[in-house]
This record gives sequence, C-alpha cells and structure tokens, in this order.
Amino acid sequence: MENVRIKVRDANLYYGDHHALKNISIDIYDKSVTALIGPSGCGKSTFLRCLNRMNDLIPNVKINGEIQVAGNDVNRYDVILLRKKVGMVFQKPNPFPMSIYENIAYGPRIHGIKSKTTLDDIVEKSLREAALWEEVKDRLKSDAIGLSGGQQQRLCIARTIAVEPEVLLMDEPTSALDPASTMKIEDLMENLKKQYTVIIVTHNMQQAGRISDYTAFFLNGEIIEYDKTEKIFYKPRDKRTEDYITGRFG
Amino acid sequence: MNEIKNVRHSRIKERLAFYLLCVFSILTIIVLALIVSDILVKGLPHISFNFLLEEPRKMGKAGGIFSVIVSTFYIVVLSVVFAAPIGIAASVYLTEYAKEGPVLRIIRYGIEALAGVPSIIYGLFGYSFFVVFLGLKYSILSGALTLTLMILPTIVRTSEEAIKAVPSSYREGSLALGATKLQTIRKIVIPTAMPGILTGLILGIGRVVGESAAVIYTAGSSLGVPDSILRPGRTLSVHLFTLASEGLSAENTYATAVVLITLVLIINFIANTLINKIFIARRR
Repeated sequence: MENVRIKVRDANLYYGDHHALKNISIDIYDKSVTALIGPSGCGKSTFLRCLNRMNDLIPNVKINGEIQVAGNDVNRYDVILLRKKVGMVFQKPNPFPMSIYENIAYGPRIHGIKSKTTLDDIVEKSLREAALWEEVKDRLKSDAIGLSGGQQQRLCIARTIAVEPEVLLMDEPTSALDPASTMKIEDLMENLKKQYTVIIVTHNMQQAGRISDYTAFFLNGEIIEYDKTEKIFYKPRDKRTEDYITGRFG
Repeated sequence: MNEIKNVRHSRIKERLAFYLLCVFSILTIIVLALIVSDILVKGLPHISFNFLLEEPRKMGKAGGIFSVIVSTFYIVVLSVVFAAPIGIAASVYLTEYAKEGPVLRIIRYGIEALAGVPSIIYGLFGYSFFVVFLGLKYSILSGALTLTLMILPTIVRTSEEAIKAVPSSYREGSLALGATKLQTIRKIVIPTAMPGILTGLILGIGRVVGESAAVIYTAGSSLGVPDSILRPGRTLSVHLFTLASEGLSAENTYATAVVLITLVLIINFIANTLINKIFIARRR
C-alpha cells in the first residue's frame, strides 16, 4: 500500500457565514498525481489552499478539523516551513519581473543559500526538471516576462521545485495555456510524480483522466467521491459523479 | 424641414466648439512659449561658464551664482535623503499593513490635506519649530527639514499608487515559496514599484527646486558657500526672488531664471519618462 502524505479529517471552512468546505476527509498518496475535479465554486481551489495555508491571507476565514502534511498538523508548522514543503503553482503564470535566473534563485536565496555555485546548480537542476533548460540555457539573464505563457508556467514550476518541496499543489496550471503548452506540462507531470506528491485542480476532465492516479470529485463544498481515477471515470458509484463526468452538468 | 434646421444648428455648434477648444489650447501654448522665450532672450546672453562658476559679488548685482547652485544642491539632496525613507516606509505601511477602517481614512485624509497646504504655511511652521524651537537657526538643515515635510505627502501618495499597482499574484507567488511578508515587500513589491516611487521623488525634487517662500524663512538668504549644513544658504528660487524684488540686476535675474527653468524642465522630463515606463510595464 502506498504512503499517505496528506491526511485530512472532518475539515470545515467558513468564509464569514458561507460554509465553503463541508466535512472533508481524504488521504492523499505519496508519489502520485491526485486530481480535484468539480464545477466552479465547488471548493476545490479553496481546499488546495488549505494545504499550504494560503487561506491565511484572506480575512474572516475559519477552518476546523484536522489537516496533516507528512504526519504533522498544518497549523503546528511554522507557515514558512510548511510553504517550503508544500509548493504551489498558480492558474495564471506569475513569474516575477526579473531575469529567468533570478526567478529560480529567489526561493533558495530567501531560505538562506548564498553560494553562487550552489545557486547555479539549483537553477540548472530545477529548469531541467521543469523541461525548460534547453529552451532558456543561453538567456538565463534575460527578463522572464519575455517568455511565452507556457514557458512562464514551466518557469513557475521550476521556481517551486527549486526550494525542494515534498508536495506540489497546482491550481488549474494549464487553463491559461494553449494546447501545445498544456501537453508539455502534462508530460512533465509524469516525471514530477516520481519525486513529489502532486495535487492538481482541473476543469478539464480529459486532463484529469490522462494524468492522474486518483481523482476526487467535489460538489458544493463536499467530496462526493474519491477513488482511483479509472474507477471514477469508468465505474463511478455516485449518480452525481457519473452525471458530471459524462458532461450532464458543470 | 425642422429636422434639417436642427441638424444644421448642431453642425454649427460643433464647429464653434471645435474652434473655441483649438483657440484655448493654442493660448496656453502661447503663454508658455512667451514666458520661456522672454526669459531665454533676456537671460541666455548672460549665461556663461563664469556665471555658473563665479561667486556672486555686490549682493548678486555682479558675479555669478556658484554659491547659490551649491546651496540648492545641498537642500535638494538633504530633503530627498530625509523624505524618501520616511515616505516609502509610510506608503508601505498604508498599503501592506494598515487595515482598512476609520483610522486609515483619517490618515489618508490628513495626507491629502497636507498636500494642499500653501508652502508659506510650511515656511512659518519651519521657522517657529526648526529655526527657533529646535535652535537650528537659519540653516540648510532647517530648510531641508521644512521641505521634507512639504514634499512628504506627494511622495507618500505616488508611492502608494505604485505599490498598489504591483499585481497581487507576485505577492502570492513569493509567499507560496515560503517568503515572509517583509521579504516579499523588500525583494518583490518595492523593486517592482520602484519606477513609480522614483517618479514621486522626482516630483518632490521639482517642488524643492522651485520653492522660495518656505526656504527664505528657514534657510535664510545668505550668499556665501555654506561650509556645513548648519550654515544658512540661498537657493536659486530665493536668489531669483531677492534679485527681482530688490531690482539689483536685470541681467543676473534673467540668467538665474534660465538656470532655474532648465533645471525644472530636465526634472519634469525625467519624471515623464519614468511615468511612461510604468504604464508600459503595467500594460504587459
């Protein structure tokens, strides 16, 4: 049996009076890709942001229940350590307005790495892992904003990998990209899961089917069904899952 | 029939409005051109290296404006050195830390109000507080501190706008990597907002260079080269004001004016270039 990397029990989240996540319980396995699917506003991104406490930034959010990463409750972690351990890639590529090199070196630098040779190594290794090295190795000093959307997103993945996380959260990472760039990122995920626990929120059902090992179906703040991806797609137990997957709503 | 008349009527109105608008905008340009050309025609012939590098003689009636340029330079540099850190820190607090609410509204209102206070009031305050109460006497330091207060609101407001324009996705990206809020502000937010912050500083410098009322009561109008910031000095604007009001020398008055407007135009040009740069960056 695989290792459980993230364990959630009876987690509830409120935005003011709005009950956005209801009794979420889920085990997420190490070295696999878990897809979170469901219609807009069903709470999947909100759930993702509980795992690295990005919801802390929003006022009036209340969370209860148990959310564990690698055996420790997220609230027990120092939030800086937690976010180093649980990296995040956003929907819209958000490279910093600096050079490609500086974008990658930013994370390691804030965590105290100063040596130029170490940073050089991290930059190369991260860019290779994000399948971007060959395209940018001759212009590491040029502005990251000049890259294409797909390259920017791979840069953001490389930037996240550079601080050596254990978990990668991806919030619809390809929804702003063209099909060719999307394919490159999907191929990349195949390699990433060898080293990281990957959780991806996606609106694209085919994408979930292509790349994930496990799939959780969210609806109105609840997890309706969670299982191996083949089971969810071919033998869903719940009528609502079947309706969503066959495109009857959402 | 009536319809055609109406259409013709609005056509005429349209034409008239167009001509009027043209005339008014040409008028403003003419006014500017008149002022600048008047000063250039009367002042340029008297500008020379000697004028810029010689000390004034006979209370400015003869000689150059070297000491005045030095005093101006001291006051500008000092007031920016004081105002920049305070202004940037205040704008970071207002945008990144302070919670929206009545207190923040009062602070913002206060800053707006300060920006509208006439400079002579700053001069009066500077005189009674820095010159008399703190015992700094008429000095470059008193003048610079007074001007610091005067340009702070401009710097705070422009820096605030620049910081607000930094996309929140940059902040999220940095925080998600495990950066602290302070690291995010220092390494991402402020560098990204830098062109806007610099624009505010340059506008501030422009006001300092052009100011006479607040300076004459705090830095004095001594003509010597100040050998320390605790000594009085006379800036370009004050020199111009004194020469003109005492009718000492028309040539030197106009020559000083040429130096002053050249300086102001250069400063405005730099500010405009930077503003354009921000807008281009924002559009991307």
